[in-house]
Amino acid sequence: MLKGIDLAVYPGEILALLGPSGCGKTTLLRVIAGLESPDGGRVVLEGQDITHLPPERRGIGFVFQDYALFPHLTALGNVAFGLKGKDRLLRAQKALERVGMTLFQHRKPQELSGGQQQRVALARALAPGPKLVLLDEPFSSLDASLRAATREEVRKVLKETGTTALLVTHDQEEALSFADRLGVMRDGKLLQVDTPEAVYLRPKTPFVAQFLGRTNLLSGEGKGRYAETCLGPVALAEPAHGPLLLSLRPEALRLAPPEAGGALGRVVAREFKGHDLTYRVRLLAPEREVLVQEGPESPFRVGDVVAVQVVGEGVALEGQSPKAPVGTD
Amino acid sequence: MVRPRGLHHLPGLLPFLVPALLTGGGVALPLVYLVLRALEAEPGALREILLRPKNLELLLNTLALLLGVLALTTLLALPLAFLTTRTNLKGKRLLSLLLTLPLAIPGYVGAYVLLAATGPGGILPLPRLEGYVGALFVLSFITYPYLFLSLRAAFLGLDPALEEAARTLGMGPWRAFFRAAFPQLLPALLSGYLVVGLHVLGDFGTVSLLRYETFSYAIYLQYSAAFDRVYAAWLALLLLLLTGGLLWLEGLLLRRLTLARTGKGASRRHKPLRLGPFAPLGYALVLFPPSVALAFPLYALFHLARRFPQEGLSGLWEALGHSALAAAPAAFLAVGMALPLAYLAVRLPSPASRFLERLAYLGYAIPPLAFALAWIFFSLRSLPFLYGTLPLLVLVLAFHFLAESLGPVRGALFQVPRRLEEAARTLGETPTGAFFRVTFPLLWRGAVAGGALAFIGAVKELPITLLLAPMGYATLATRVFSYTQEAMFAEAAPFALLIALLSAAFVGVLLWTERRF
Repeated sequence: MLKGIDLAVYPGEILALLGPSGCGKTTLLRVIAGLESPDGGRVVLEGQDITHLPPERRGIGFVFQDYALFPHLTALGNVAFGLKGKDRLLRAQKALERVGMTLFQHRKPQELSGGQQQRVALARALAPGPKLVLLDEPFSSLDASLRAATREEVRKVLKETGTTALLVTHDQEEALSFADRLGVMRDGKLLQVDTPEAVYLRPKTPFVAQFLGRTNLLSGEGKGRYAETCLGPVALAEPAHGPLLLSLRPEALRLAPPEAGGALGRVVAREFKGHDLTYRVRLLAPEREVLVQEGPESPFRVGDVVAVQVVGEGVALEGQSPKAPVGTD
Repeated sequence: MVRPRGLHHLPGLLPFLVPALLTGGGVALPLVYLVLRALEAEPGALREILLRPKNLELLLNTLALLLGVLALTTLLALPLAFLTTRTNLKGKRLLSLLLTLPLAIPGYVGAYVLLAATGPGGILPLPRLEGYVGALFVLSFITYPYLFLSLRAAFLGLDPALEEAARTLGMGPWRAFFRAAFPQLLPALLSGYLVVGLHVLGDFGTVSLLRYETFSYAIYLQYSAAFDRVYAAWLALLLLLLTGGLLWLEGLLLRRLTLARTGKGASRRHKPLRLGPFAPLGYALVLFPPSVALAFPLYALFHLARRFPQEGLSGLWEALGHSALAAAPAAFLAVGMALPLAYLAVRLPSPASRFLERLAYLGYAIPPLAFALAWIFFSLRSLPFLYGTLPLLVLVLAFHFLAESLGPVRGALFQVPRRLEEAARTLGETPTGAFFRVTFPLLWRGAVAGGALAFIGAVKELPITLLLAPMGYATLATRVFSYTQEAMFAEAAPFALLIALLSAAFVGVLLWTERRF
């Protein structure tokens, strides 16, 4: 399942692992927590090899996808579960206070809403003061309306306590907004790890480019600072030479009236989203589609003939070009 | 590749593995000794034993009783299940509970009431019912609740669309029911038959008090009166074979039926059938079995107990104490063994754990008299210091009633997802600590229910106690049996009454709190 993963998380940072379901990211978390044993490789925490340590001796917190709150204990009892000593209830109360759940401390998990359960689960994982906390799709069972607010709160708590966190998710928006650094996984392999901006703006593979938002994959010929493509010359983020595959985000393209110059095409779909507008344009030669992002006031309609102009930079990708290099979601 | 840590860390599992293996040994090993004992006979004697015409007679008697009880319980349970699920009778939950309670009456108490109430000097002006008819009547009225419960659940799960489809294809309501719905009830009917059948084959008290010669009765006679232990062992083996045949047949038929079924579950509820002017008849039908099998026995017992001599009271308390002293530790032991067995079966399902679980159920399916006999042979050879002691009685009761505790414990364990234990591990608990702090608190209701079932089962149990109790150790059950055998009905009454009340109260509370209705 997992193949040659080399991942380091630095103290105090939040690292998100992003990948489609079944890519092995949850398995990786469970191996780090000690809930599963790897056949090979090592897990090292603060310089100590913990590969063969049972989970209870690792000092790693875990927030489960479905929270796994103990149904027979109150919120307070859940948070105090991992604490020892006379002041355990006091410390559990502190932990609940930090997530704003003091009022609900005597409720049983089933009497709490999804968001409240989420906060109790986080408090429970953080209360023993773990060196690292692992979060497995922690926001996926929340309503979309609640998700953004909870995310912000959790991030705040993690930063306030200076906790190192490793989060896995399949939601790219969540990963981009939540993490200090971001790793993209596919088929048990780690493809790229960098800051969210770097991964978004300079993806290394077609998969990473496509998984983080929409992009146009174009084949071209590198000529140093620019590349020749079907849309004309495209400026490159990094100089390159020879045949290459290019990722060009829809926002790097603009539409203009046909007489303004640029590659000609016909609008085949128009997706109005309020703050912006995405066009799907079929080029006249060669016959292929590209995605173009425009402002909401853009006047073109389905059927109009337009010119596609390149205004932003493209990124040269590693690896083979996909079978059908079309604009994808 | 990664593997679940549980399998990787076998030492953490050992505490569970040991009792599980012990359980297997406690059920399977004695049976081996039964076979060994049976094979001790000389080849010539062996042929003589196997060819005795008595064997065939016993087989036919046993089969006749089995088939008769199955037929009579069907006649009772099928209409009752229909009336309490598909009609507009009021208080269907309470009626269902009343209909289920007769299963609390042990067979020997039923036989005792029948003997005491009929014949000369009885409350009922009826000739004394003995032999086949008496056994058929008693066993049917105390075992129909198993079939009723099974059918009731099936009726509640029926998809109304089946009958509606039959109606749109031109069938009247009754034909639609029998052609479309009834076939869906067959699996429930079969599993009910299995439980009833096991009870009939395992019954010892009823047939021996009513003097109807089946295998159980003959085994007891050979063992206690004729002292022919080899023949007793052979009869026990034949009875085991018959039980095995029943299990096999049920499995075979059930597999065919289940394969033939499509779709599942009901999305909507049936519209209740309006009984109209027939409603009083419906109530009368529903109340008939509980009044015959519960109300009348209790009335007769109270009536008879009034003639109980005062000086016998100390014997009553002693017997109650003896019953509790054997049943309580047996119940604890049964739950103690059920916990790891259920844990293995639910968390580490494998052919091995399934086999262990089956073995536990087998300990229950084996006719208790044969089981007790197997344990006598086993303990005499391998554990002679245990033979004739209370600990042996406790042990055998625990092995026999293990399956009763296993059900509720297993059900409760399914409510504790593995994730909860993992959460406890990441919070610093060891596997054992996680079990006691998380799994057990969520499990204890199931464990208590399982313990209660084993306890009341052990209090009611007759043949195992009769064969394995220490000399002079009289329990409620053995007192009822021995007094009744000697036609001392007044003396037996308070013992029987105590068992019936205790058992009915336990069963009633358990059924009600389990929300079976």
